[in-house]
Amino acid sequence: MADTSTTGRRLSRPAFRRAADRVVTQLIGLSGIAAIVILAAITVFLVINSSRALREVGLWNMVSGTDWFPTSEHAKFGFLPAEVGSLWVTAVAMVLCIPVGVAAAIYISEFAGRRTKEVTKSIIEFMAAVPSVVLALLGIALLAPHVREWFNLDTGLTAFTAGIVVGAMALPTIITISEDALHAVPKDLRTGSLALGNTQWQTVYKVVLPSASSGIFAAVMLGLGRAIGETMVVLILAGNSGIIPDTALVSARTMPGTIAGEMAEVVQGGLHYSVLFAMGLVLFTVTFAINLAADIVLERQRKKWRR
Amino acid sequence: MKASTARVKRARAIESVAKTITGLAAFLVVGLVLFVIGYIVYRGAGSISWEFLTQPPRKNMTAGGIWPAIWGTMLLTFWTAAFSLPIGVMAGIYLAEYAPRGTFTRVVRLSIANMAGVPSIVYGLFGLSLFVLTFGFGRSVIAGALTLACLTLPVIITSTEEALRQVPKDLRQASLALGASRLRTIVRVVLPAAAPGIVTGSILGLSRAAGETAPILVTAVAFYAPIPSTVFGETMALPYHLYIMATQAVKPAPHIVWGTALVLVAGVGIINVAAATWRSRQRSKIRW
Repeated sequence: MADTSTTGRRLSRPAFRRAADRVVTQLIGLSGIAAIVILAAITVFLVINSSRALREVGLWNMVSGTDWFPTSEHAKFGFLPAEVGSLWVTAVAMVLCIPVGVAAAIYISEFAGRRTKEVTKSIIEFMAAVPSVVLALLGIALLAPHVREWFNLDTGLTAFTAGIVVGAMALPTIITISEDALHAVPKDLRTGSLALGNTQWQTVYKVVLPSASSGIFAAVMLGLGRAIGETMVVLILAGNSGIIPDTALVSARTMPGTIAGEMAEVVQGGLHYSVLFAMGLVLFTVTFAINLAADIVLERQRKKWRR
Repeated sequence: MKASTARVKRARAIESVAKTITGLAAFLVVGLVLFVIGYIVYRGAGSISWEFLTQPPRKNMTAGGIWPAIWGTMLLTFWTAAFSLPIGVMAGIYLAEYAPRGTFTRVVRLSIANMAGVPSIVYGLFGLSLFVLTFGFGRSVIAGALTLACLTLPVIITSTEEALRQVPKDLRQASLALGASRLRTIVRVVLPAAAPGIVTGSILGLSRAAGETAPILVTAVAFYAPIPSTVFGETMALPYHLYIMATQAVKPAPHIVWGTALVLVAGVGIINVAAATWRSRQRSKIRW
């Protein structure tokens, strides 16, 4: 009676399925380590490609060198102009976006009504999706002429101009993560404070903000990392001059801007090419350290509220 | 008694000042976003025409359309999705469903968080040295897409993991109790339930990749290229076209610059809004 062919299939299908299960499960496990592999690969390739620069110029000579004349006969590859330029741009960006961002996050998390909150959040999230090159374009069209006029400068393309736009770009990061941190503070703490007669602001100021402080710190760090690494805005707006800027109101070059601006024109495998990779390595190391710090702080905060 | 009423009054005054200031900050940010969008629409709307959207550039990039750049960006984004989605979703599944608690998983998570913070130009350098030179793809759609895929991966992984975690345990246990294997439970039960979150998160990540300039600067794009016939060809792309036209064009053509900006922002915007709307609709459909 028993049809052998169907029995055969009944036996083989689970076996096949189990084998397929195993293969897919292994693929899933493999994908799990993709991030580690890619990060390691980035490090390896940056180091390999910058090895010539590290050998012939030396890491310290690059990092502390004051002159950037990559194409002259006696080429000099000092990163200081780009490092100080990046510092100015980032400083301007942070001074502008930390107070605005944290205040906006407080409003959205603590004071806004449900509807306002949702609309505001989605509009701000949209900001993160606006391509940086578009914001840079707005910077050239609207900001640079005014900066030139306001401060009576020769050019509107300065570290200050770029810093304003980079600050705007870092806003969504700072707001979203600060808001998350504020939101994660348990409700009991708020109701407890309100029950003791504190006003809403007193509650925010004395209870919620201190509890969320590490999360807000992490938000600022992530915004900082984003600001240092932002490329197109500084390439287009900072002016890319070779001198070490002593104020924010002069044309300056930045590390990402230098790499992006010069990479397309260098001889592949040449010393200049290798130096640009070394600059990428420095940039990568700095942002890596900043992100790592932010992540460790965030993880601690997560543990604190996990009950 | 009097002193305490004065204190209450003072606290109330501070309260309203604080609300006003923080409210102003939020309003400022929202206003900024709306202004950016509004201004681009205002400057760019006049350039949009059927010809602009469907024709290649003419007369040394001072006339004609931007079709090759539009197509190039779509092509790059498609291949970015093709590379990053499978790996990203599987990595998300690993983290949500398989990863044991411990140091190793912690390192994996740290790497993902850190990947999200790597500057886009560093991805460009990586893509140049690995995909363009070591793999020998040259400046090409495939090298650019692989580079963008690395950049998008953390977004896809994180949104997949979050979406999977929101699926209630009961569903998994019911499926397991019926005799389904762990993997079948994930594929047949958990993934479909988490799909809206995964799709939306991935689309948001991909739309951001579509707007990136720095990573494709050295891996994929050309100032002028015809529509590539294979993925191994150079391509034009909207963000790069915008960059070049705005900063390095010999003869400035503002209508092309603002038109390109509008097409880019509108494309990213429409996709974002559509994804968000779809997610909220799916969410209201499924109730646990």
